[in-house]
Amino acid sequence: MTGPFLHLHPDDNVLVARANVPEGTDIALESGLVRLAQSIAMAHKIARLPIAAGDTVRKYGMPIGIATADIAPGAHVHVHNIRSGYTPSVVLQDADGRAG
Amino acid sequence: MQGWLRADGRKGIRNTVVVAYLVECAHFVASEIVAGFRGRDVQLIGFPGCFPNDYAARMMERLCTHPNVGAVLFVSLGCESFDKVRVSAAVRTSGRPVRTLVIQKSGGTRATVRAGQDWVEAALTEVATVPRVRMAVSDLVIGTVCGGSDGTSGISGNPAAGRAFDLLVAEGAACIFEETGELIGCEEIMASRAITAELGQILRESVQKAERYYATLGYGSFAAGNAAGGLSTIEEKSLGAYVKSGGSPISGLIKPGDQPPGGGLYLMDVVPDGDVRFGFPNISDTAEIVEMIASGAQLTLFVTGRGSVVGSAISPVIKICANPDTYRALAEDMDVNAGDIIEGRRSIDEVGREIRDLVLAVAGGQETASETLGHREFILTYKSFEPIGPACLPGAA
Repeated sequence: MTGPFLHLHPDDNVLVARANVPEGTDIALESGLVRLAQSIAMAHKIARLPIAAGDTVRKYGMPIGIATADIAPGAHVHVHNIRSGYTPSVVLQDADGRAG
Repeated sequence: MQGWLRADGRKGIRNTVVVAYLVECAHFVASEIVAGFRGRDVQLIGFPGCFPNDYAARMMERLCTHPNVGAVLFVSLGCESFDKVRVSAAVRTSGRPVRTLVIQKSGGTRATVRAGQDWVEAALTEVATVPRVRMAVSDLVIGTVCGGSDGTSGISGNPAAGRAFDLLVAEGAACIFEETGELIGCEEIMASRAITAELGQILRESVQKAERYYATLGYGSFAAGNAAGGLSTIEEKSLGAYVKSGGSPISGLIKPGDQPPGGGLYLMDVVPDGDVRFGFPNISDTAEIVEMIASGAQLTLFVTGRGSVVGSAISPVIKICANPDTYRALAEDMDVNAGDIIEGRRSIDEVGREIRDLVLAVAGGQETASETLGHREFILTYKSFEPIGPACLPGAA
């Protein structure tokens, strides 16, 4: 566990919020301390490691999608920067992952 | 635990009188009949279409001969294509009281409602005489679905449901998981759990069929609320959904309406066969629950993260809330707070044990939250399936 974030599997390059985490929270990652640039809602993901565009994103140790942009450690990982390897995801305006 | 013994040897955990309309044109009259019995176990189901469909006919027959059902009143307009003679004969053969009212021959709305209510009143008295017998866990068929999933579902609610399934399978129950469209990305790990290599290949192909089907439709089984709740892709949602199957070996693949031949864990293939017709495989969570019931599920586990309030006609639904914030917001609608796992108060094992114990309590007569609140959702639409082959149930031979 990394503070308010869960590290579900050793192979994962993302962490999962176990509560709503406020903007500005410091998170200890392998690359050092990272300050969250936005609040992260419960169950949303941040990058645990640097993820390059085209990289496989892993959660539960399994592929959950492909990065569509470079993602820095501590940045929100979601529909704006990863895509399905299968069918596209339907999203509305409320998918920005900001808590509250 | 005691259950109502039916002529086919199956045991019901409820003893419901079902009123079933056979076309939308008879829906209002059927619902007026049921409205006269608020607070008593009389429930409405039906099929809206006027065009015939083998799947709908088979589902209706399975639902009306379900062990939780004691008697059936069919309400027909009269000119629809549904084969009412055949379905009522199947119910009669099962030993249940059955009656069909045809509105066009019964004097219209008021007269049909009156005749229907008189029949239901008599049927309630008759089903009260059905014997109750001892029931074991091995008499249970239990389904699991998830709906309104979010990023907590795969971490708390679904693994806890999976743990409950492991306990129930070990005690001899038949447990069914489903929605092959939400197993996309899990086909290889799932195939490795099949009891035969041939079944493994069938499981793999069922997910590939779902992938093709949803690709043609242009949408995966992924709702906008899934993304708001932190899920980014269908494969992320799938991996979270897959864990509700637990860790038992997979004994077979069934399709809606097929009965599991014995205890064990089964995958239900819910995606139609052949060309894409009639639209999305399951247009809502309730369609999935109804298919579980048609395969004999006496109760269904429903894991939600975003929150759902539904129950079901015929078989009780146990709602397991994965997200602690949702639980606080919708507590009266939930049966189990798996959000405790997220907040570190209880382990997956502890919540899994609670779910298993609750299954037995509900089977013994305890009401679920949605039953107490009066939820009796139901939906049945058009689909088409090919029958399963013998390799789908290798243990049954």
